Amino acid sequence: MEQFLQQVINGISLGSIYALIALGYTMVYGIIKLINFAHCDIYMIGAYTGFFCMTSLNLGLIPSMLIAMVLCMILGAAIEKVAYKPLRNASRITVLITAIGVSLFLEYGMMFLVGANVRAYPTMTGILAEKIHIGDFAIPVQNFFIVGITLLLMIMLQFIVKKTKLGKAMRAVSLDADAARLMGINVNNTISFTFMLGSALAGAAGVLVGVYYTSINPLMGYLPGVKAFIAAVFGGIGSIPGAMIGGFFIGMVEVMVSGYASSLFKDAVVFAILILILIVKPAGLLGKNIREKV
Amino acid sequence: MAILSVNKLTKSFGGLTAVSDVDIKLQKGELVGLIGPNGAGKTTVFNLLTGIYEPTSGEITLDRDGKQTKLNRMKPYKVSKVGLARTFQNIRLFKDLTVLDNVRIAMNQNINYGVFSGLLHLPSFRHEEKRIRKESIELLDIFSLGAKVNEKARNLPYGEQRRLEIVRALATKPVLLLLDEPAAGMNPAESAQLTDTIAKLRSDFDLTILLIEHDMSVVMKICERIYVMDYGKVIAEGTPDEIRTNKRVIEAYLGEDAANA
Amino acid sequence: MKNLFKKSAVIKTISIILIFAIVQILLLTNIINDYYFTTLVTVCINIILAVSLNLVTGFTGQFSLGHAGFMSIGAYTCAIFTMRMSSTLGVGAFLIGIVLAAIAAGIVGVLVGLPTLRLRGDYLAIATLGMAEIIRIIAVNLDITNGAAGLSGIPRDVNWFWLFLFTAGTVVLITNFLKSTHGRSCISIREDEIAADSMGINTTKYKVMAFVIGAICAGVAGALYSSFFYVIKPDLFGFLKSIDILVIVVLGGLGSISGSILAAILLAVISTMLQSFAEVRMVLYSLMLVVIMIFRPQGLMGSKEVSLQLFSKIGQSFKKKRV
Repeated sequence: MEQFLQQVINGISLGSIYALIALGYTMVYGIIKLINFAHCDIYMIGAYTGFFCMTSLNLGLIPSMLIAMVLCMILGAAIEKVAYKPLRNASRITVLITAIGVSLFLEYGMMFLVGANVRAYPTMTGILAEKIHIGDFAIPVQNFFIVGITLLLMIMLQFIVKKTKLGKAMRAVSLDADAARLMGINVNNTISFTFMLGSALAGAAGVLVGVYYTSINPLMGYLPGVKAFIAAVFGGIGSIPGAMIGGFFIGMVEVMVSGYASSLFKDAVVFAILILILIVKPAGLLGKNIREKV
Repeated sequence: MAILSVNKLTKSFGGLTAVSDVDIKLQKGELVGLIGPNGAGKTTVFNLLTGIYEPTSGEITLDRDGKQTKLNRMKPYKVSKVGLARTFQNIRLFKDLTVLDNVRIAMNQNINYGVFSGLLHLPSFRHEEKRIRKESIELLDIFSLGAKVNEKARNLPYGEQRRLEIVRALATKPVLLLLDEPAAGMNPAESAQLTDTIAKLRSDFDLTILLIEHDMSVVMKICERIYVMDYGKVIAEGTPDEIRTNKRVIEAYLGEDAANA
Repeated sequence: MKNLFKKSAVIKTISIILIFAIVQILLLTNIINDYYFTTLVTVCINIILAVSLNLVTGFTGQFSLGHAGFMSIGAYTCAIFTMRMSSTLGVGAFLIGIVLAAIAAGIVGVLVGLPTLRLRGDYLAIATLGMAEIIRIIAVNLDITNGAAGLSGIPRDVNWFWLFLFTAGTVVLITNFLKSTHGRSCISIREDEIAADSMGINTTKYKVMAFVIGAICAGVAGALYSSFFYVIKPDLFGFLKSIDILVIVVLGGLGSISGSILAAILLAVISTMLQSFAEVRMVLYSLMLVVIMIFRPQGLMGSKEVSLQLFSKIGQSFKKKRV
């Protein structure tokens, strides 16, 4: 029973990470219909930024996370301006290939700069090294921390999207960019803002992963990135609640398969879920089917 | 038996009913018009007939020389094979391919050699390709496009692009041809020429034609019968003269006051 | 017109024989030594991979990011067979191995293609990526593939003759296919799927057809790979390999066979030059991808082909200048 509870907690924690990353994918896809392959590498750069803040600059966890988020925001906006904006009217394959190129550039550029070796996050001290005791079970505080930060960020995101003017602009542009433009919305800024939001979340996720799993490397983004994307598709790409649900679902599935079946096949199961959902309900749980007008 | 029978055709997209209880009958060889204000559901009807949309309810039956086929849940390529062809409201040519290729592609269903022969360019490939090339060029010549055989479709002037779409549709050897606003964007001279072309189409190719069009000079001149749609329903049906004076039709186009004037 | 047809066919056949003969001679006289031959093998395998991916992505418009997965299936199938049967069947084992590789890749192509080819661009890309990953994970976890350690000591049956035969064969077959009605149908899907559907093209059938042909060719390329480099591991055929192939196709031009061939050669040369700077290679590659997509998305050749007509046009323009 204790093992099961531990697995559930692991699942929720992992799910939080996936959800944070998935949100970035879903928001960008919702607004410009692009799978931002480079998103998972922004997550990686967030992790590294946190690492350097904590080791070289000796900053605390929260300041490091904030700096990582800001840096990732800037990076995300920059990538959009340089690589994706020129291709707003290009074919889908062209943009997708560009996104892949940016992703590889970030990965191998990072490898070139900091080396391919795995780096270790400093061990957490203080409260984050503790466990909370509930009855017979001891749950690490880190898990609460991760889920807590994630929920906080998600609530903030929902607030921004639902209650602010920029959020409204985001929703308008994802429905119809031309109409939004005609209504006086600055579409370019809105798109940049969307990238910034998603990237900030990915940066936070990167730092959380560094804390939780302690090891980081330049290629760490690829697999979580794909799984987070699968989570976004599962929940319905373009849907923010969908990404959240999807993230937790995929995280839970992965931990359960790993714990009770075989950890060798946990990735294969997640990919199989992707194939299944694309075949059965491509719009995902909460997504809508958009028809091409003939 | 009518060549095309459409009974109580209905299509809803979620809460929006685009087409509601539409009945259409076409006799073999007729040239019938389908008119109505923008958003009336005319192109939706075409899309339902050609299998691009599935009907929510209702039936579509094609009668070809006595053999009846229900078109309801058929995929577009099967509908084409059964004998329905169409052109599109916004031209959907294969823009980066040559005029010749646009036509040859439409002939695919009438070509008789297998993949193996295609891979190895066996005699059956050579023979059939020669035949198709000849037939395609002949068809293009009839519509004065023969000289532009190797031109990319996107480089043709607008009027010729519309003609090419018609040629491409003809290449599928249909019995029923659906034309979606073929005169859109044409000046009076071009429309007049198109009117002649459509009339010729019907006689030379033994076709039944259903025509969506806004240009009344075309519709009134060549259509024997006209269906009028508004808000997804058929509101009137009759000869051009009957339609011209039909109160409901005038109301739909010009508003209540004009109808009562 | 007919004479032009036959003339070009004769010229093409002669050029093919000439290329084979010239290289063969260079090999026999050791002007092309082992090192250069290895590069040549890589180039030829990449040509097969690029041309077949171009068929799927460039000509039929189906974005496949899992091409390396089929290469993997071909490589392992052939290797597993020849490792067991080479002593009894000699070169025959290799030939049967290639056929088996093609069949295996083809079957998986059908299994993968049928459900996923209904999906649109980005979704299809991710689905094919997922499929290739599943294949890789399976290869890492099976006994017969020897898991992550891979297979080694694979019989090396590839020589210039077989290499050339399969490379030239693939190029000729795919070029022929594209000139046939089936090829045209595939191209029409790229141009406008709804219009193609409405003109009687069974789009699913042709998408799967192109996909399976691509898979079979990739399988053959994989078999050639394992039968020359004699060591294979699952990680060789991962996402990065699929990207490698995609870069070649994009650089050459999505929709140009001759572009793919040129790009394969060009990138092999660049790769060799960059060998001492291994880490920079990927950085440059990725930068190249982005730059090409932004400034010249049609790549080197766009959708044009190097052809006799092209040469005669160039010749004519020279003549005009003189006057």
